[in-house]
Amino acid sequence: MSIRKIFEEELGALKTELVEMCHLTEQMIENAITALVNRDRELGKSIGQMDKRVDEYEMDIEKRCMRILLKQQPVAKDFREVSTALKMITDIERFGDQASDIGDLVCTMSGEKYIKKLTHITAMGNLAVKMVRESVNSFINNNKSLADEVIQLDDEMDELFLTVKNELIELIKKDGKNGDQAIELMMVAKYLERIGDHAVNVAEWTKYNETGVHVKV
Amino acid sequence: MKKKVENAYGQNVSVKNANLWYGDFQALKNISVEIPEKQVTAFIGPSGCGKSTFLKCFNRMNDLVSGCKIEGDFRIGEIDIYGKIDVNELRKNVGMVFQKPNPFPMSVYDNIAYGPRTFGITKRSKLDEIVETSLRQAAMWDELKDRLHKSALGLSGGQQQRLCIARSLAAKPKILLMDEPTSALDPISTGKIEELMEELKKEITIVIVTHNMQQATRIADKTAFFLLGELIEYGDTDDIFTSPKDERTERYITGRFG
Repeated sequence: MSIRKIFEEELGALKTELVEMCHLTEQMIENAITALVNRDRELGKSIGQMDKRVDEYEMDIEKRCMRILLKQQPVAKDFREVSTALKMITDIERFGDQASDIGDLVCTMSGEKYIKKLTHITAMGNLAVKMVRESVNSFINNNKSLADEVIQLDDEMDELFLTVKNELIELIKKDGKNGDQAIELMMVAKYLERIGDHAVNVAEWTKYNETGVHVKV
Repeated sequence: MKKKVENAYGQNVSVKNANLWYGDFQALKNISVEIPEKQVTAFIGPSGCGKSTFLKCFNRMNDLVSGCKIEGDFRIGEIDIYGKIDVNELRKNVGMVFQKPNPFPMSVYDNIAYGPRTFGITKRSKLDEIVETSLRQAAMWDELKDRLHKSALGLSGGQQQRLCIARSLAAKPKILLMDEPTSALDPISTGKIEELMEELKKEITIVIVTHNMQQATRIADKTAFFLLGELIEYGDTDDIFTSPKDERTERYITGRFG
C-alpha cells in the first residue's frame, strides 16, 4: 500500500472515531434533557457512566493524532485536518462533561415539583444537540457554510438562555422559596449555553481547516 | 579601493523576469523573486523543475554550460550580476556547496586556504587565522585542529561536507548557495549542517535546494515551490506548509502528485 493511501486510511479511521464520539455526546445531552423532564434519577446517573466512554474516545483520538503527526508528518490541508481534530476533541469532551453535570443536577432535584415549565430549557437542549451534530458534521464533510450556520445558531441559544434567566429571576423575586430550584435550573441552562459555545469552537476549527485562518467569533 | 568593491555586493537577491534555455529547452520561465538578506530560503520542487538551475544563476555557474542562454535581471544587492562584472569576485561573494562533498585532494588546511591564496593572501599568520576562523564558523575547529595537515579525503562524508562549507566561508561570502547539501548524509551529519545554517544565517544569506520537506520546514524562513520551470508559489515557510495558496503546491508537498 502506498504511503499516501496509508495516510488516507488513518485519517478516515480518525474521522470515524470522531463521529462516534460526537454521537455519544449527542445521546448524553438528549438523555440529560429526558432525565430532567421525567425527573428520572437513574437516567441522570447513567450519563456519568457514558462520560467515561467519552474520555476514552478523547484519549484514543489524541493518540491517533499524535501517531499520524509523528509518522506521517503531514503538511498543508493534511496538517490542518489532524491538528483541527486534535483541538476539536477538547470541545467535544466538554459536551460530555456538561451533559454529565446536568445529569448530576437531575439527581439532586429529582423529587421536586418544577417551579416553571421546561419549554425553553428543552428547546435549548434540542438546539444544543443540533449544534453539536452540525459542528462535527461541518468538519467531517468539509462544509464551511454549515460551520457558519452553527455560529449563527449560537445567537438563538443565547436568547433562549436570557429568557430562562429572566424567568427564573422573576420567580425568585416572587417567592424566595423558589430560590434553590431556580439556581439549579439556571445551572442547567448555563451548561446548555456552554455546549453551544463549545460547538461554536468546533465550527471555528472547521473554518480553520478549510481556510488556514483561525478566527474567534 | 578593494574594500569598496567587496562592500558593493549586498546580501539580498532580486530577480525579475528570468528566462533560461538549454538549447531549445526552456528550463526557467519568467521567474521573479526577492530573496531577503540573512535568512534561509528553500527551493523545493520535483526533479527537473529548474530549482538547481535557478540557484546556479546566482553565481553564474550556468555560464559554464554550453548552449545555455539567460535573460532577465539578476541583482545581488544593487549589482547586476549579468552586467560587466568580475565573475571571480561574484563567486567570492556568492559561495556554493554541492550535493556531493567535493574536497580537493589535499590537506584540510590547504582546502580552506585554497581560496584566500588565489585571492593573493600568502602570509602564513593571515592564512592560519582564516583557516581557524572558517573552521570555527563551521563548528569543526575542535574536531580538526589536530588533523589540519592530514588529507581531507580521509574525513567522513559529513565532515567533508562541513569542510566544503568551511572552505566557502574562507572567502567571506555574503550569500551561500547550497544544492541539496545533506542528501548524501546521515541524520546526525544532516543535523549538524542544519544547526550550522541556523548559526550562519546571522551573518550570511542562505539559499538551499532541498528534496526534504521536513528540512525545509525546519530551517527555511522562506520557501519557493518550482514546477516545470515556473515559480508556482513563494512565501513564508509556515504559510507554504500550512496553507499553500496554489493547489499544485498542496499536491506536491502532501505527496499527491501524479
